Amino acid sequence: MSGVDSAQPVLRLQNITKRFGPVTANEAVTFDLAKGEVIALLGENGAGKTTLMNILFGQYTADEGQVSVFGKPLPPGNPRAALDAGVGMVHQHFTLAGNLTVWENIVLGAQPLHAPRLRAGAAKAKIRALSEEFQLKVDPDAKISALTVGERQRVEILKALYRDARILILDEPTAVLTPQETDALFATLRKAIDLGLSIVFISHKLHEVMAISNRVLVLRHGKLVAERATLDTDRAELSALMVGAETSAPELSRATPGAPLLSLAQLSTPPIGTAPGLRKIDLTLRAGQITGLAGVSGNGQAALSDLISGLVSPQSGTFEIAGSPVTGWTPRTAIAQGIARIPEDRHKTGTIADFDLTENTILETYATQFSKRGWMNWRGAKAHAEALIKTYDVRCSGPDARIRLLSGGNMQKLILGRVLENAPRIILANQPVRGLDIGAVNYVHGRLAAARDAGAAVLLISEDLDEIMRLSDVIHVISDGRLSPEFARGTMQPEQLGVWMAGDGFEGENHAA
Amino acid sequence: MRLEPIANPSLTRRLTLPALAIVATIVIASLLALIAGGNPFAVLGQIIIGAFGSKFALLETLNRATPLIFTGLAIAVAFRAKLWNIGAEAQLYAGAVMVAVLGTGALQLPAPLLLTIMALAAMMAGAFLLLVPALLKTRLGVDEVVTTLLFNFIFLLFVSYLLEGPLKDPMGMGWPKSAHLIPEARLPRIVDGLRLHWGFALALIAAVVVWVIDAKTTLGFEMRAVGQNAEAARFAGIPVTKVILKTALLSGGLAALAGFSEVAGLKGSLTLDLSPGFGYTGIVVAMLALLHPLGVVVAALFVAAIFVGADSMSRAIGVPSYLADIMLATALLFMVLAILLTKFRVRRD
Repeated sequence: MSGVDSAQPVLRLQNITKRFGPVTANEAVTFDLAKGEVIALLGENGAGKTTLMNILFGQYTADEGQVSVFGKPLPPGNPRAALDAGVGMVHQHFTLAGNLTVWENIVLGAQPLHAPRLRAGAAKAKIRALSEEFQLKVDPDAKISALTVGERQRVEILKALYRDARILILDEPTAVLTPQETDALFATLRKAIDLGLSIVFISHKLHEVMAISNRVLVLRHGKLVAERATLDTDRAELSALMVGAETSAPELSRATPGAPLLSLAQLSTPPIGTAPGLRKIDLTLRAGQITGLAGVSGNGQAALSDLISGLVSPQSGTFEIAGSPVTGWTPRTAIAQGIARIPEDRHKTGTIADFDLTENTILETYATQFSKRGWMNWRGAKAHAEALIKTYDVRCSGPDARIRLLSGGNMQKLILGRVLENAPRIILANQPVRGLDIGAVNYVHGRLAAARDAGAAVLLISEDLDEIMRLSDVIHVISDGRLSPEFARGTMQPEQLGVWMAGDGFEGENHAA
Repeated sequence: MRLEPIANPSLTRRLTLPALAIVATIVIASLLALIAGGNPFAVLGQIIIGAFGSKFALLETLNRATPLIFTGLAIAVAFRAKLWNIGAEAQLYAGAVMVAVLGTGALQLPAPLLLTIMALAAMMAGAFLLLVPALLKTRLGVDEVVTTLLFNFIFLLFVSYLLEGPLKDPMGMGWPKSAHLIPEARLPRIVDGLRLHWGFALALIAAVVVWVIDAKTTLGFEMRAVGQNAEAARFAGIPVTKVILKTALLSGGLAALAGFSEVAGLKGSLTLDLSPGFGYTGIVVAMLALLHPLGVVVAALFVAAIFVGADSMSRAIGVPSYLADIMLATALLFMVLAILLTKFRVRRD
């Protein structure tokens, strides 16, 4: 890419160290960003990428070290100073007010709140010019709540550009995008570079890093462990650097599908808040098969997950388990029917943070296995938890430890153990590896594959297309509450799935803009 | 400035901070005593003497602690399940009304039987009074803080009507009070000649029972799960609504026992000034006890001692007994702060 001017760094981080209690999130991180350059900050979840960028943007104060922008040191802990110096940040989770319009959101904070009136005309003109220049198509008068996720991200970028940002920080910007939207984002970023901006691109997706960056910095456990020119490296090397050791993904054998264990026909559910419900979907989960559900988040995954978990009942359509229709559908009947449920949010839904491991282990089975005439069998429960901790290799100080002290991976192992030890017929795995390190990811995937081989029907819901394509025997795409037909493994390319994810390809109905 | 959570607070931290809270309370009380023209050492000393200094003082403190243990338990049980019962005052009076209805001659039974029936009826009345707001909460999403709080005023007016009407003592010279309980309906004294009645023992038993429910029973496990994280509890198949309703029954019943024990044990008849806000003070007691059932006993004794001691101090030294209210309020505020600081560390940024 052209225009990289390394003589004069626009951004310099020197020796940044940040500790949270005993945890060191960043240790002596130093790097420069040149004008017109894209640096990719690569690292696993928990490697310290977001913390580092929050320090740079002034949301955290570093314990040691110094941030300079255009040669001038930035006062620590002051996002306003960072903004004024020309640093713009697009967060992983958007910071937009849903009840305001696009232009109001962009102006918010850039103009004094106590101004008698906002100068709408000038602001909108500037926004239109910027969206033209950077190919960020969005209507300044649209309400944020009416926009798609991709459009909201464009608003976030416009917000930074509106404040004349010269340095853009993008934190996992593609996590919520379809492949097509990602391509559009990259076009915008290339445009920005041509116009002399500099970019820090945070990601753990290797092909994107290879596609967009000039230089790759690899963070591991808070430390900068490697720096490579993108042209001189490849995905294999980067993934090895990121993990620190060679870990192999489990080799998956082909499945031999059996009888249908769960079938939905023309089934609908009510919407959940702003997320759509299910709209007349047909889905069959077969024994010995992993069914992958691909889709951008917020397109009905929650509705399907809640349905199978027993939290909601169908509004219409038929719902059968092993050939017999379900009645009186609750979480308890779902568990009794042999459904293992791995919830999306292991902190809020899967566990009770201040309960110990024993209590969390028996959360679903206390009534049937550890309670007699109203009295708890704590001794049995504890022995049970101890056995499970051993079998599923949960690293902890013991069954009496509060679960909030466990890492995400160990928490997930406990949930896996809790639901898998009852030899479930059906497994619902909703984002089972989100936020886990590679070791834990492989462990979870291995366990799911083993359960599949033992004859369970597995539904894997994930926003990570790579994960879906690697693990699934058959794939469905969900978009706006509708379900695509079933695609056999290997018959679809990511781009084709992307078309379905964007809502195109469904018959009869047109995809709303 | 920001608060940073502490993953595993050390034992030192968990013990020092509450101790500091008590020290801070004493310092503030001393300053106020000084302003009121008393010698702080004399004032605090007199409070302690007034609460524990004689057999009479000690028994008075235990008597005063009795209803506070009941209401404190009622609040602790409810708050642990995140059921915000502010209506213990009304539930207390509901229990007291049942005692006045059944114990003034309507039922002629041997004492043990009559007392048991009265206690059960009182509990049922209190339980019912909290069941209504709990149902409104679970069915319609009505905020129980509002309903239980307003029930206090409604119910007190209802009691006022009863004492002017159906329950009015015909021999009461026109005073709004119920008739006296028959002898079989009175809780006997624990030791002859000393003013301590069996209500205190009953309160201690109730605390142990609640603790056993909490730690050993399935219902206790469910109540804790629902209180800590209702979403996870629901996901795991715990019948959240049923658990909330059961919690309401238990909490309302416990609060009503305070009314039972005050009328049947101490007063012998129902008046409108039966409770000087035991239902509300129960919230303070439960909070000071960190919602632990056995802690409630200690906290109730502490609160009762301050009130009884301050009354006596006021008579002896002339510093107003309002000091007790202030001490209680500061103790609570500092305790809340202490709890916050055991869980979080303040960082300057």
